[in-house]
Amino acid sequence: MTQAWQQAFARVPELLAAHIQLSFSALLLAMALCLPLAIWAARAAKVAAVILGFASLIQTIPALALLALFYPVLLGLSALLGGGISALGFLPALLALTLYALLPILRNAVTGLTGVAPAAKQAADGLGMTAAQKLRLVEAPLAAPMIMAGIRTAAVWTIGAATLSTTVGQASLGDLIFAGLQTQNWTLVLTGCFASAGLAIIVDLLLGMIERAIRNRRRIIAWGGTAVIGIGLLFALLPNLGQRDDVVDIGAKGFSEQFILARLIGLRLEEAGYKVRYHDGLGSAVVFQAVAADDIDIYVDYSGTIWTNQMKRTDTVPADDMVNEIAKWSASEHGVTMLGALGFENTYAFAVRPEDAESKRLKTLDDLARVSSGFAFGTDLEFLERPEWAMVKAAYPIQFKEARSFNPTFMYPALSSGEVDVISAFSSDGRIAANGFVVLEDGKGAVPSYEAMLLVAPGRGDDAKFIDAIKSLVGAITVENMREANYKVDREADKQSPKQAARWLDEHIKNGKDQ
Amino acid sequence: MNSAPSASGPAISLQNVRRTYGAITAVDNVSLDIAAGSFVALVGLSGSGKSTLLKMINRLVDPTEGEVLIADENVKAVDPHVLRRRIGYVFQNIGLFPHMTISRNIAIGLELAGEKNGRQERVIELLDLVELPQEMSNRMPHQLSGGQQQRVGVARALATRPGLMLMDEPFGALDPVTRDSLAGQYKALHQKLGLTTIIVTHDMAEALYLADRILVMEDGQIKADATPAQLLSGGVGDEAEALVAIPRAQAAHLIALSKTT
Repeated sequence: MTQAWQQAFARVPELLAAHIQLSFSALLLAMALCLPLAIWAARAAKVAAVILGFASLIQTIPALALLALFYPVLLGLSALLGGGISALGFLPALLALTLYALLPILRNAVTGLTGVAPAAKQAADGLGMTAAQKLRLVEAPLAAPMIMAGIRTAAVWTIGAATLSTTVGQASLGDLIFAGLQTQNWTLVLTGCFASAGLAIIVDLLLGMIERAIRNRRRIIAWGGTAVIGIGLLFALLPNLGQRDDVVDIGAKGFSEQFILARLIGLRLEEAGYKVRYHDGLGSAVVFQAVAADDIDIYVDYSGTIWTNQMKRTDTVPADDMVNEIAKWSASEHGVTMLGALGFENTYAFAVRPEDAESKRLKTLDDLARVSSGFAFGTDLEFLERPEWAMVKAAYPIQFKEARSFNPTFMYPALSSGEVDVISAFSSDGRIAANGFVVLEDGKGAVPSYEAMLLVAPGRGDDAKFIDAIKSLVGAITVENMREANYKVDREADKQSPKQAARWLDEHIKNGKDQ
Repeated sequence: MNSAPSASGPAISLQNVRRTYGAITAVDNVSLDIAAGSFVALVGLSGSGKSTLLKMINRLVDPTEGEVLIADENVKAVDPHVLRRRIGYVFQNIGLFPHMTISRNIAIGLELAGEKNGRQERVIELLDLVELPQEMSNRMPHQLSGGQQQRVGVARALATRPGLMLMDEPFGALDPVTRDSLAGQYKALHQKLGLTTIIVTHDMAEALYLADRILVMEDGQIKADATPAQLLSGGVGDEAEALVAIPRAQAAHLIALSKTT
């Protein structure tokens, strides 16, 4: 237990620094945008209605959706301007969080500025102040406590929402929460939650202190609070200073196998002298674009996913041909190097409880179709929208009673507890064998092959040292080894971190070679 | 920093001045000459246009038609904020800046003018002038009574030594005792400093007491223009008569009361 906490806490400083950098930048940008807008809006009621309406509209978009939206927008923009804009990581996270911070700052600043006593404004005019002097000497100081309260609200929101930036590949304390959720590592989840909540509480207290000091005109306290925030920020920026050497960005989708493989690649690269950085939890749709755009340097994808999602193919070809065609296509269309298949497959496998398999004599998907009207279907978050599901439905007359989506972590317990009767499991998942689930055969070959393979970004394709470091992984991982590594991370008791599982896998591969 | 009276206040001239707000005419074609150094009261009921007329002199309101001249200079020829710095302005709601000390409130005109030297001395001089103790200078406005606040308002208006003072119901929100003493003290200041003062009030008794010339306004027009003595002797119009009747009746009532006791 204590070891788990230590491991979790070891990641906090780096992620906390990234979290602070991101939220503070977003807050600063939002302030820079809002304050002039608020001054304008305070002088023109129509402008106020339009601007506040827009900011309120943004607030109705869930933060997660807003983050996801910026990816295609920035990609399009980058294509339009001939490249150069990074659609992944800091920029989309910054923009989404900035938009999210607009409303509280704007609304409070407009309320504060319009709420300045008319007598004070009349006196300012009567004394011969120019508009700028009136703003600086009268309106701004009188509205300051209200404006500060808005900034304080925005700061707490931004720090909270910044945990979601993990999904667009920006490091934050959300990395701990998302990774912990995927691998059922509650220590990791709690550490991430406590760290981000703690940060929000401390910032809120400090800003609250400054707000009260401004209200009561106590300059020293106001500047003292600002200084404490400044020092904190400086510490958050420290890791950035002097760290300008070559860092490899390794991408991973949001499940344990991907985390483990990313760490395995990382281990090999570190041995070769590279520094590495992990981007966990990237969506299937985002991650290929990211490698093509050099936002990440390398990741593992599955042949069927590229085949259907990226190449938009609906025909089924033999596994080897598919891998070769993907290699040609990715090189010619995107400059992405398909370095090779790792040696195991992770396909969609329909799994049922052993009791059902026996009593209802279920062996194949044809058998499943026969009983499907009485079955509840559990899937991961994306399967129902994926072309594979359409292919399966086209090949077999399956019509489920109901379908429910789960985070993959909860899909397996849902099947064993009887909440659902069949799940779209992953064939390399250790929890299938561990639970004794029965995988149904796809006799018609409706689901394409899902060979795991290494995809390398255009910018790294010619880096011989880089390629050398990871080339030995090609064909080196058996499905049994992958299942065992996955199970080490996914099981309930004696959990291991993806890094530990990756080390185990690494040694297994090396020993295998020695024999 | 001498405390000798500034040169006598300027003369004011309004020529065919009109101000409309949509269909409403607040000031209707008023022409008026005010001699340098005079103390003029604009009296009328609410909505008679007296406040609008006053604000056209320091351009808080611009006339729809007509010209306003101060010491023969058209006010349009000067930037509004430059013009206003030369004119003292005091109004009913005072408008002290709540986040500034009394000292900074009083000296704000000097601050705007960029005068750095002798601000503190001038503040003390002005506190003396409006009969406030010097210790007040470090207090905040909310720590002062209404009467003290308006004294600060007057001091602030006088800080840059304007020749012209515009006062819009300056004592309207004060209790009668404070109001009476402040009015008396201001009258003395007006004479001592040789100011031109225009005061807007709805209280005829106050106007009769303070001013040397009284203008009665109704529906945006000047219905009577007379000295206090002329007003009291009658024959200057029904509007003026109606306004004078009130203090006259009150005074008669008080005299009758005192005789019965």
